[in-house]
Amino acid sequence: MKTQGFVHKFGDNVDTDVIIPARYLNTADHKELASHCMEDIDKDFIKKVKPNDIIVANYNFGCGSSREHAPIAIKAAGISCVIAKTFARIFYRNAINIGLSILECDEAADNIQAGDEITVDFDTGIITNITKQETYQAEPFPEFIKQMIHSNGLLNSLKNK
Amino acid sequence: MGMTMTQKILAAHAGLNTVKAGQLIKAKLDLVLGNDITSPVAINEFEKAGFDQIFHKDKIALVMDHFTPNKDIKAATQCKQCRTFAQSFEISNYFDVGDMGIEHALLPEKGLVAPGECIIGADSHTCTYGALGAFSTGVGSTDMAAGMATGEAWFKVPSAIKFNLTGKLNQWISGKDVILHIIGMIGVDGALYKSMEFTGTGLKNLSMDDRLCMANMAIEAGAKNGIFEVDEVTLSYIKDRVSREYTIYTADTDAEYEAVYEIDLSTIQSTIAFPHLPENTKTIDEVGEVVIDQVVIGSCTNGRLEDLATAAEILKGKKIAKHVRAIIIPGTQAIYKEAMKLGYAEIFIDAGCVFSTPTCGPCLGGHMGILAKGERAVSTTNRNFVGRMGHVESEVYLASPAVAAASAIAGKIADPAIITK
Repeated sequence: MKTQGFVHKFGDNVDTDVIIPARYLNTADHKELASHCMEDIDKDFIKKVKPNDIIVANYNFGCGSSREHAPIAIKAAGISCVIAKTFARIFYRNAINIGLSILECDEAADNIQAGDEITVDFDTGIITNITKQETYQAEPFPEFIKQMIHSNGLLNSLKNK
Repeated sequence: MGMTMTQKILAAHAGLNTVKAGQLIKAKLDLVLGNDITSPVAINEFEKAGFDQIFHKDKIALVMDHFTPNKDIKAATQCKQCRTFAQSFEISNYFDVGDMGIEHALLPEKGLVAPGECIIGADSHTCTYGALGAFSTGVGSTDMAAGMATGEAWFKVPSAIKFNLTGKLNQWISGKDVILHIIGMIGVDGALYKSMEFTGTGLKNLSMDDRLCMANMAIEAGAKNGIFEVDEVTLSYIKDRVSREYTIYTADTDAEYEAVYEIDLSTIQSTIAFPHLPENTKTIDEVGEVVIDQVVIGSCTNGRLEDLATAAEILKGKKIAKHVRAIIIPGTQAIYKEAMKLGYAEIFIDAGCVFSTPTCGPCLGGHMGILAKGERAVSTTNRNFVGRMGHVESEVYLASPAVAAASAIAGKIADPAIITK
């Protein structure tokens, strides 16, 4: 499994309130949630984002609320992968459960810049920066997470048993 | 190698003799919780996956607390979806307007959580129930849907940090100051993926309301759960609430901890978290002049009876500053009633405050006290992220009920010890 896209860069502690503000949680509609994605940290984000684009951030991405609306909004906005130094644990779980690809990689977070074009190989964990002609090694998913993603999320993996 | 309290509870619920940090397990659940924001997403996923049964009608709790009483048509529609789902599966612990309270104040009060139990909730502050010696953690809606269908969840067994508490809190200092002090010390990801285990001789000096507040904010340090050793205080709290059997787990003497912190409760001062992270803490003497527009006393962190009692003690016979709006929100209907019986409601209203029905409301910028551009609030809630209580250019300062009440009177962040002199 691979993806390729352009990078949107964020810093530390990007919280779920800026990913999708609570004032929009009166709906579970994926498209509507996507239309407000990142609104309180970058109000033009949704205008700039293109299909398959990739988010790169620093520490503790997705901290705060358990709202699954946050990874849903990111995925529905067209983002194909989030790379960060670390993820808040509920966001990490939610992303896997809904099939949003995420990877932890210090090197990638330090060296990738906004606008860089990168590819991500989820099987090997290798991130290639096409713009800068660099590669970075992320930990690939553990086997049980791969299986969950191959079954297209937690609920499908439970049903397939 | 010994196990921590959390590891023992997880091992027991996974049917294993021992577990170790990092191990992936599947655990049986004693309770699955959702609210009016997260449950609709879970119900959609549950139905989309084609499930037609729930694992246990008495082990699912749905609490309509975030945007209720319904703030708009969309919120009403979400509650209606939850109500219909609860009715069709005969979910016994469905709490709607009239008997609902803020979920994490309500569930312990109703005896729905007990020591040694394993609980997930589609709300990040589900970690609150660790105050009763349970393992409880926040998850998302898909985990909630899977939990409702199967009664199980997957976990990576966490490592742990131990907080050894000694001594006794001074007047006007509460569990909120202790947990803000800890978050300030270890940071918002200081306990990422880990358990925070609270123990020590100082435990007996912390009330159940203090412990619930502290466990509640474990997530603000990134923790998977916060858990308190069960003692006489816990047992007297659950005595008339929990009639089913439960198990008390204590950590092994050789349990492994990644770090151990010694905290002397008598050294804790009133502590305030400045915008926009709960780790940006200052003690009251470092605050300086911070003029405010609003005060909120309530939420799953500080909407309990002791919190209201403290606020009432400070506000009695006083008036809040003319330029301040003070909104006081009890956590549950029982707390609401008790606050009226004890005369707190009258004290609040006479002081110029609003005394509301239970709701999460302003804590997450839902309704009942949204901030305009440039406004500042002192709030007893749990998060002060950008835009949390309203406009992206508004500010939230997290504090204890004592500091919040004192600040309402002063019109700026104030020390309750000085205001009450």
